[in-house]
Parts: sequence; C-alpha cells; structure tokens
Amino acid sequence: MTRKLPKITVWRAIFAAILLTGMYATYLRVRYGLGGATNLSDKFPWGIWIGFDVMCGVALAAGGFTLVAMVHIFNIKTYRPVLRPAILTAFLGYSLVVVGLLYDLGRPDRLWHPLVMWNPHSVMFEVAWCVTLYSTVLFLEFLPAVFEKFGLHTPLAWIHKISVPLMILGVLLSTLHQSSIGSLFLIVPEKEYPLWYSPLLPVMFFISSVAAGLAMTIFESWHSSRAFGRALELPLLASMGRVLAVVMSVYLWVRFLDLAHRGVFGLLLRNRIETWLFALEIGLMLVPTVLLYQRKVRMRPGALYACAVMVLFGLIANRLNVGTTGLEAGSGTHYIPRWSEVAITLSIVGAGFAIFRAVAHYFPVFEAHSEEQAPQEMGETEADAVAIG
Amino acid sequence: MSKAILYDSTLCIGCKACEGACAERWGLPYDDKIAAEETISAHKLTAIETHGDKFCRRLCMNCLQPACVSVCPVGALQKTTLGPVTYDADKCMGCRYCMQACPFQVPAYEWNAQLPRMRKCNECFERQSAGKLTACAEICPTGATKNGDRDALILEAQKRLADNPNQYYQKIYGLKEVGGTSVLYLSAVPFAQIGLRTGVPQEPLPDTTWRVLELLPDVVSTGAVLLGGIYWITNRRDEVAKAEGRRK
Repeated sequence: MTRKLPKITVWRAIFAAILLTGMYATYLRVRYGLGGATNLSDKFPWGIWIGFDVMCGVALAAGGFTLVAMVHIFNIKTYRPVLRPAILTAFLGYSLVVVGLLYDLGRPDRLWHPLVMWNPHSVMFEVAWCVTLYSTVLFLEFLPAVFEKFGLHTPLAWIHKISVPLMILGVLLSTLHQSSIGSLFLIVPEKEYPLWYSPLLPVMFFISSVAAGLAMTIFESWHSSRAFGRALELPLLASMGRVLAVVMSVYLWVRFLDLAHRGVFGLLLRNRIETWLFALEIGLMLVPTVLLYQRKVRMRPGALYACAVMVLFGLIANRLNVGTTGLEAGSGTHYIPRWSEVAITLSIVGAGFAIFRAVAHYFPVFEAHSEEQAPQEMGETEADAVAIG
Repeated sequence: MSKAILYDSTLCIGCKACEGACAERWGLPYDDKIAAEETISAHKLTAIETHGDKFCRRLCMNCLQPACVSVCPVGALQKTTLGPVTYDADKCMGCRYCMQACPFQVPAYEWNAQLPRMRKCNECFERQSAGKLTACAEICPTGATKNGDRDALILEAQKRLADNPNQYYQKIYGLKEVGGTSVLYLSAVPFAQIGLRTGVPQEPLPDTTWRVLELLPDVVSTGAVLLGGIYWITNRRDEVAKAEGRRK
C-alpha cells in the first residue's frame, strides 16, 4: 500500500510559503545581524518583534491565567471544558514569545542573563523573571494532560497536591507581568503619543489582557470545533461572551476616564496618523463590546466568533500602537517593518497554530473533561475539584 | 563632587577636534567621510551638528539619574559616583531598552555586527578616574568644551551668563532636564534652535517606572491573600453543599 501524501490545500500552501520565507529571513537575521533583517535604527530600536511577537504574544496567552482564576479560584466549574485548551494556548504563547525574543535580542545567547545579573529597578528585569517563572507554572499546569495520556497516576496525584498554590502563583505572576508590559513604556513620557501615554498603562494592560484571554478562548474553541469536528460548547462560550462584554466595558471606561482626566480629547481633532490609528483601535474594541450585550449575537456561533476576533484585533492594534506607531512622532522617525520582520512574525504565528493542532491531536486537551466531570458530580473526590485541567 | 562637561556653543568653532580625539580614545576609525556625519552612531560617539551659523555638540548626557541605568535588565549600565555612566558589554543581552528609554536618543547599536554591542560616550571614565581630563576637553582649542566638577562648572556657566547677558540665552541646558545631566550647554539662541530636545520632563525618568515597581511587594502580598481567600470561600461553599446534601 502506498502512503498517502498530505492533501495540498490553500491553507497548507500558504503555511508552507510563510515558513519558507521565514526560513530565508532567519538566514538573513543570523548572517547579517539585526541590520540585515530589520528596519530598526538607533532612533527606533523596537519594531514588530517587540510590538507584536512579545507584547501581543503575552496578551493573547492570557487565557491561561484568566481561565485558571475563573475555574479554580472563583470555582466557576462551567468553564472547565475550555480550561485545558487555554492553558495549552498560554504555554505555546509564552514559548513563542521566547522564540520572538531570540530573534529580537542582539545577543540571544544571553537570554538567561537577567536571571543571574539583577537590576530590580528595571521593569524588563521583572518581566523576564515573571515570564520565566510563569512559563514553568504553565508547563506544570499542562503536565496532567501528559500524565493522563501515558497513564502515570503517581506523578498525577503528586501534581494535584501542589495545584492550589501553583495556580495562585500563576495568577499573581500573570497579573504582574501583564501589567508590566504596559509599565515598560512609562519611561518614555516624551516619546509616547499622549493618546497612549498614561500613568495607568499597567492597569489598562492588565484589564485588556483578561479580555484577550477570554476572546482567545472563544477564538480557539471555534477553530478547534471545526478542525476536530467537535460540537461547539455554545452556552458556555455565550456566557463567556457576556463576561468579555463586561471586561471590555470596564476597560473602555478606564480608557475614557484616563483621556478625560489628562485632557487630551482635543488631540482627536487633529488629522494625524495617530488619530486614525486610535480611532481604529477603539472602534475594533467598542463595536464587539456593544454587540456582545445582545443575546442573539452571543447565541450565534458565527457572530460570537466575529466579535471575539474584533476584540483580538482591537487589542493587537492597541499593543502595536503603544509599542511602535505611538512612538514614531516622539522619536522623530518613521518605521515600516521590513518584509523579513513580517515573514518571521507570520512564521511564528503559523508555527503556533500548527503546534497547537498537533498537541491537541495527540494529548487529551479537549476530551479529558467529560471524564473528569463525572466523579465530581458524585461529590466524593474533592481532590479533583482542585485538580488542574 | 561628580564630574561634568560644560559645552559652550558660542565658543565652538566647529573644528571637530573633539570628534577626532574621541574616535582615537575609543579606537574607532575617523576620516573625512565620518567627520561629515552629523549624528552620533555606533562608530561616532560624539558629533558636531551645524545649525545655520551655530554649532552644537552631541554626546551622552551622562544623566544624574539615568533612564538607561534604571531600565537595563542586567545592570550592564551603571552610574558611577565619579559622574560618568559606564557600560559593561559583557553583560548586555541586546534588548535595547536603554535606547528606547533614553530621552536624548544617545545609545547607538552595532546593527550589522554578529555580536553587537550598544555604544555611547562614557565621559572618558578611565581617563577621569586617573585624574585626567576627557579627551574632548583636553583637545578643544577654544575652551568650548570644559571638563571639571559639576558644581564648579555650573558656577562658571552662571558667571558667563551674568557677565555677557547679550551674548547668551539666559539658561543652562542640563541643569534641571530629567533631574539634571552631567553635560551642560550654553547657547546664544534658545536650545531648540540648536537641536536640543527641550520637551524632556524635569522629573528624573526612573521615577516614572519606580512608582509602579515599588508597589510590587504590596500587589503580591495583597493578591496572594485575596486569591487564597476567594479560593477558600468558593470551595468552602462546595464543601458545605456536599455536607448538606449528604444529611438530607
């Protein structure tokens, strides 16, 4: 019998093309340094590898801590079926952030330096520590899926024992570094455009990361239901859409109050690129927020998915604005990413999708919960209620 | 008694001797082509800019409370008690946060190097430690660049402003900017006209992030109690529900 070759589909062809250009761009990065692969300059030292790969990557991986907090700490058991995929997304997300950093750092071989050479006054030092520790926590939080797959009951029981402090630690670490990604830009008051520079950046980054986590969960549930032919957990996702609407409302209200108190609404009358990017960002967040308040939108899978995607694009726009475009005028320069920067970013995103798919295929990511749900309802095994995943 | 540099734009004749001396001190190439470049970069750590008939010299300001030192995650940048801000390339991992944070856009990067470093003037730390003048101050033929104790140089600058009120714009740049810098400027015209950034805050920039970072222990301890408490309450409800269910 001959082996069947994988079917060539449009998406697979696009994926292959992205990976090939990404590989060539990687060659340029390694061979010719940052100057050979990016449009960065002395006046504009951070581009999309920071603005997208790191800042958006961390935000989009926030589902892990959001869902752990909701399911285990707030004890909202309804969300349990989507917890493990959220943890997997988070772990992959952080791994890919590290990959992005390896491209961006001038000396990727020294990635470990902040762990040894301390500067507690540096926000980046704090982020480095939090991300390292939190990736470890996420790894431990995903381990039960691996243990279950191979039927390793002893380590499974062992990890269940430490799960509560582990989860609390995970949520704390996430709170710290999600907000600190915003704090990174507190040091550039004269460079960041006033529509984005705010002393509340850490608060805004934290609230929006919760929204990103919820939106990502809806996004990945929708996609995995199609990819794996499972039924969509619609009532669950619809109620998550409701939570998302509330979190986004709080976020947008904080943004509004901040602009009002700093008295910068006048800037919106200026016909500048920043005004339009700001409008785009807020529009992408405001429209789905309003829509999600309607029951008929939440109960229609397509509409719910579209709202989640809009929120995600709005948050991506926000991170890119704070991390790149908002700094252009203040830095007195223009930055358009080079093709190789975009190719590597797309490759990282593509790899993320592919790895998620592969892991979800081989490990009990989606199906595990139906088994675990049963003993819980019987009310005898308390350990399971606090078990991770 | 920290050291500083006083640059008087009205005395500068644009001879660029400081550029040559600086290149020599760092072992960097210097020729006519490099001399024509008017921006500081990884291969040119000080530069004379021409603004009409005025000159302005650019170099690291070696701030009193430097943003770059506070943001460096590995502590590669240090503010010495002598005054200069030094850089240890062996620690640097190339995150370039110093470049992003610097309000004067001074740090430059070796973009095309395989093992790149950040480059900037360190106010001739080694020379000044040995009691010598900075290379630029030593060679300056007109005294436009002076090197000495910061307090003494401020007095000197104030004297120049008072003695020749018509010749000077009556301010010292670097006295208050970002909490004070180790490079002080005098000029005949407002500083913006010779290309200096006048929009920088008067507040030391490290304060902006420290205000948040210093809350970290509070956030962690409060958060731990809060999350632990919520966990205890929500899961206690389950236990109670179960116990009551059993009794019925």
